[in-house]
Amino acid sequence: MATKNTVSDPQDMPNWKSDFPIQQKKATHVSRREFAKFLALFSGTLALANGVIVIRSLLFPAKPLEGEHYVCQETDVAVGQMFQFKIEGAETIPYILVHLEENEWRAFEQKCTHLTCAVRYRDDLKKIECPCHHGFFSADTGEVLQGPPPRPLPQLQVVIKEGKVYVKEESA
Amino acid sequence: MPETNYNMDMAFFVDMQRCIGCHACEMACAECETNGQESMIHVNYVDRAVSVQTTVQVCMHCENPACANVCPADAIHQDDFGVVHSANTPRCIGCSNCVLACPFGVPKKMEEAELMMKCNMCYDRTSAGKKPMCATVCPSQALYYGTHEEIARMRPNSTPVNSFKFGNQEVKTKVYVMMPKGTKQLIVG
Repeated sequence: MATKNTVSDPQDMPNWKSDFPIQQKKATHVSRREFAKFLALFSGTLALANGVIVIRSLLFPAKPLEGEHYVCQETDVAVGQMFQFKIEGAETIPYILVHLEENEWRAFEQKCTHLTCAVRYRDDLKKIECPCHHGFFSADTGEVLQGPPPRPLPQLQVVIKEGKVYVKEESA
Repeated sequence: MPETNYNMDMAFFVDMQRCIGCHACEMACAECETNGQESMIHVNYVDRAVSVQTTVQVCMHCENPACANVCPADAIHQDDFGVVHSANTPRCIGCSNCVLACPFGVPKKMEEAELMMKCNMCYDRTSAGKKPMCATVCPSQALYYGTHEEIARMRPNSTPVNSFKFGNQEVKTKVYVMMPKGTKQLIVG
């Protein structure tokens, strides 16, 4: 019986063997063709994904919030505190309610406009902070003060009725 | 490939008949922290009841290593110098395929670590131009690391053999075994 101990002919070599060669040099070698293939596939996927995001946002624009939504009692949130809440809808969006001063309320989306980390209100700084990349937003208007966020935080209007806090879409 | 001082003129010669069973090689090997203080060389007793003869088994560094060929995790690689390295620890799954496949019985599975460990010809030393630890401590030169000219001068009645036949399988190794002069191949079973 002829023994095939060494696979000398590349034609005879099974795919699994040529994909995982035992020679260190071959195992760590990346050919120009492989590199170009990887580069094209990777950048192609990125470009395609970007296109899909753009098309999706054009075809299905975000709907403005309808009506008023109850958040909590006025007495639940002390001055300088924040309150997290969610509004259920087509997609559940987390928000924060900030009690800036007496009778000064703000409501912002909690997702940072940079990479959607959860932002939080820092009462010692009187700013909204995103801890991921040290981005800061104005607690008053939601404007970007510092860091990588590209857009201000989306804001909701706060309405107080009989000691209860409601939010609604900001009227233009 | 990074630059090394690996000397391709040097080879490893094992002379089983000269082994006196002192275990110095095992002790020296186990001093190395890269092995986890485990010896990668093994001294075996041939027939202890009737003989004091011992043999020593170091990784033979096959040209077409069975251990690497059977590894399902692609953990064992052979470098440009023909050294077959011990399992890449993040890849090794401790399946023991190599332990079963090696015709020389070299790889051992370390149960505590769930890893295969075997001799890598002291790559940290040989790649820096030094000799493997076991060969430097062997008092009877049963383990010798040097050039072919040196071994030919020292052992005029022996021939280094690196071809083995296990049944139908022919195995060529990087490490030589000293055999009586004129031997071409070692036929095992």
